[in-house]
Amino acid sequence: MREFGYQRASDVAGAVALLGADPDARFLGGGTNLVDLMKTGVERPARLVDVRELPLDRVEMTAVGGLRIGATVTNGDLAAHPEVRRRYPALAQAVLAGASGQLRNMATVGGNLLQRTRCGYFTDVTKPCNKRVPGSGCPAVAGEHHNHAILGASDHCVAVHPSDMAVALTAFDAVVHFETANGPGELPLAEFYLPVADTPHRETALPPGALVTGITLPPAPTAANSRYRKVRERASYAFAIGSVAAALDIRDGVVRDVRLALGAVASRPWRAVEAERVLTGAPADAETYAAAADAELTAARPLPHNGYKVTLMRNLMVAVLTELAEEAAR
Amino acid sequence: MPSSTSSVITLKINGEKYTLPVDHRTTLLDALRERLDLTGPKKGCDQGQCGACTVLLDGRRAVACLQLAVAAEGREITTVEGLADGEQLHPVQQAFLDLDGFQCGYCTPGQICSAIGVIQEHAAGWPSAVTDDLRPEAGPPPLTADEIRERMSGNLCRCGAYVSIVEAVARAAAGTGTRTDTAPAARISPEAGTKEAVA
Repeated sequence: MREFGYQRASDVAGAVALLGADPDARFLGGGTNLVDLMKTGVERPARLVDVRELPLDRVEMTAVGGLRIGATVTNGDLAAHPEVRRRYPALAQAVLAGASGQLRNMATVGGNLLQRTRCGYFTDVTKPCNKRVPGSGCPAVAGEHHNHAILGASDHCVAVHPSDMAVALTAFDAVVHFETANGPGELPLAEFYLPVADTPHRETALPPGALVTGITLPPAPTAANSRYRKVRERASYAFAIGSVAAALDIRDGVVRDVRLALGAVASRPWRAVEAERVLTGAPADAETYAAAADAELTAARPLPHNGYKVTLMRNLMVAVLTELAEEAAR
Repeated sequence: MPSSTSSVITLKINGEKYTLPVDHRTTLLDALRERLDLTGPKKGCDQGQCGACTVLLDGRRAVACLQLAVAAEGREITTVEGLADGEQLHPVQQAFLDLDGFQCGYCTPGQICSAIGVIQEHAAGWPSAVTDDLRPEAGPPPLTADEIRERMSGNLCRCGAYVSIVEAVARAAAGTGTRTDTAPAARISPEAGTKEAVA
């Protein structure tokens, strides 16, 4: 590991000032991803600015009935929060489906958003990777890619975003708040993660040196009937091979409102806008759910070893929508 | 020798203060084991995946291998060495002993610290990925074997002592008045084994 300087920030403005415009400096939250990447040499910061003790550790109701989640709230505290469980149960389920109890106690909300892909070529510095070393190539396209992207990828990178939390946040139209030396800013999560295109090393639209300070969830009555379902290669403590966050509101047998986002299928959490379009206003039945899933997946471009994900995601979307409809009918 | 890449820090561990110079690259796990002779927390994977290095940070379980020592300054650190009250073992330690919740013992300090965290998190009403009803009104779910297995999934045991580990966690939790609802211990007695062999 490269030697590095360490500074601890006590307020947001101070943290932003300490980081400055130094491209070799990183904010340190829980460290569960960054410290791991520093050990393997993927990350080689010259300086860390520790932001874990910033006063951003609260989950609060907003005036309009949404939630404001501070960036240093731990994953464990977020999933346990009564208002998260009551108003956005899919978010609590998504967080609980990720990592282990120990890691959830360490990992922060801000760090969860900014965690890096677990693609084996990205995490192995002896291999080429366009995300790690722009222009070096992507061995995954013709190599080990059974858990790689089927949507929105490019020849330059087929890695998937690893977060469960961000999938649920995407379904609920979360907004990311950040602070820069020039003042605060915000980005809808839908614009926070950049498309891969030919720049997989550029992952977010955050300005250089920006510190994520929190997330706002707008009020969403539909979210009270929501669910996160994750498929993985073992029953617990593994990254998803596919996941669905969904919320469903049915009135008189017709889909009145629906939120649908997919995980582990793209470089970012994937909002299933095509499926939502088919569902909205349509009869709430199995035929509609299947048509919606198929509509979303017409854009799928599977690789030789991950075609199973197309079937998996189709069935997963149908299953979760069916479960939510049954739940709503109770 | 403090420089821009090292610092003199004071760590609060098991109620005692230790002051030491550390290179900033030092993890809490290496500081505990290599500098302070607290070798209870074990180095398994050193990647946050096995849980052998689990300690309590400000009372909550965490993996010491991904925690930088310099960033742990000011926090209350508890290792397995700090659990017993003199000769009186912590109830979770006693339950692991009574129910053989280990074989080789390498993962055990991490399992025990993690189990203490599990019991506290459950008592605080935290749900898990296998909890059916997440609504806070539903209250904490019974700490069933499924709940224990899910909550302890960050601690690997290469000997595969999981059956006894689950029983030990359930017994320790029951000792605190927690509803566990685990099935009566389905342990295979020597007699049962003999009968099966005869049949």
